Amino acid sequence: MEEQRLDRSGRVLAAALAGLALSACEREERVMRRDPPVVAALDEAALLPGGVGGAEPLAHVALGKPYETNAYEIAQGKRLYAAMNCAGCHGDGSGGVGPSLIDGWWAYGADLPSLYATIRDGRPRGMPPYRQKLPPDSIWQLAGYVQTLASYSAKTAAPGRDDAPQTRPAENRAPATQAPLEPPAR
Amino acid sequence: MSARRLVSLVLAAASCAACSPIQSALDPQSPQAESLHELFWLFVVVCSVVWLAVMASLTLALLRNRSTASEATAAGSRTPALAVGAAVVATVLIVAGLTIASFLATRSLATDGGGLVIKLRGYQWWWEATYPAEGVVTANEIHLPVGRPVRMELSAADVIHSFWVPQLQGKLDLIPGRDNAVTITVTKEGVYRGQCAEFCGLQHAHMGLIVVAEPPAAFDAWARAQAAVAAAPTEPEAQAGAALFQAKACSSCHAIRGTAASAKVGPDLTHVASRRSIAADVLPATRGAFAAWIVDPQTIKPGANMPAIALEPAELRALSAYMTALK
Repeated sequence: MEEQRLDRSGRVLAAALAGLALSACEREERVMRRDPPVVAALDEAALLPGGVGGAEPLAHVALGKPYETNAYEIAQGKRLYAAMNCAGCHGDGSGGVGPSLIDGWWAYGADLPSLYATIRDGRPRGMPPYRQKLPPDSIWQLAGYVQTLASYSAKTAAPGRDDAPQTRPAENRAPATQAPLEPPAR
Repeated sequence: MSARRLVSLVLAAASCAACSPIQSALDPQSPQAESLHELFWLFVVVCSVVWLAVMASLTLALLRNRSTASEATAAGSRTPALAVGAAVVATVLIVAGLTIASFLATRSLATDGGGLVIKLRGYQWWWEATYPAEGVVTANEIHLPVGRPVRMELSAADVIHSFWVPQLQGKLDLIPGRDNAVTITVTKEGVYRGQCAEFCGLQHAHMGLIVVAEPPAAFDAWARAQAAVAAAPTEPEAQAGAALFQAKACSSCHAIRGTAASAKVGPDLTHVASRRSIAADVLPATRGAFAAWIVDPQTIKPGANMPAIALEPAELRALSAYMTALK
């Protein structure tokens, strides 16, 4: 009788341990399809006049800020960075025709709503608008990726590594610790 | 399993063997696939004989009476010779099999030119086919002339894929940063199906390739039609679709030769309606399928790199009419 009880409690313990182990098994969620109304709501960033700074769309907050914290979304942004030829102006991130994205100087804001507005609406002196070229969720992915290039505080999520040799610090590996006080000479 | 279920399974297998398969290595249609087919049967026969021999000796050993001690010693003294003999036979079999296999593999991988070159590039999750001499760029469906060696040059844009049309040749990987090549000579007209054979991500299973083998004259006509730029649509609805294609996000990824759209991120759509299927052989190339794919690609192929674009119903109708007009 005593042995049986021990046996049963052992089994319960094993089941509990297995349950605990399995609960840790869940991968980071990849959301492939967002409902069209959610995508439309993602476009509603409340920007301050001037288009720099502002509040994130409520939809992004309600989703748990996936474009800031989800590795899949950031990796999709990295794919879009190549596909949309961002490198044509910004190079590998260290700049070219366009400004550098990794020197810690964000001319139009380093927060996600500002980055989103920069890509969606374009900026003076050459940044084209992508409003008609990408749907809102894709622009968010791109904004999230660009932010990982030189965010002041490292995110917990990072995109996949490059296949080619790195020509700059890997994303999210060497965040700009301090904003420069002056814009870099260009 | 009940006897009746077993019988019906056997019958089903027999009826499948009789039908003409669209994707089967047991129905070779090129010398390259033929040699793999021979190799397959050679392996089946050799392995069957070995297996039967092993089973027979096992049965003999099980059925034989427990012998007396003296017999056991006698048998024990014979064992080294037997074991050495078996080892030698097995080694000879394996070496012979490997030699034949490597000979046939080398032959099927031989890449001597045959005039026609097709560059096949793997993307997540579709195929881009370029015919440099003919000036053709297409996707997910390639046409080959019967009886003419075709050199397939394989490359990949993102991750490793594998080109496999079971009726035409064995698998060969498409590797980023490394160019592989294989020569195929199709001997019989027909429509064959290929499949990515190296796990390449979420939609690996939905990365199909249609191969159409046709007489040289039909192939030349096809290549001429495919090399032409897209015809301007004539119907008003399709014309509206053409304007939308340029104004909306479609043109930031897809090319339609003859228009301003020239992006190389997604498949070239210049003659998309002339193909048998869309989305890497997931849907037929019908107007309804075009509309379904445009409005909600992530339900049809979750994870595919085509985003859903917000469209009004009239816009969707116009775009699907335009796609259908791209013959």
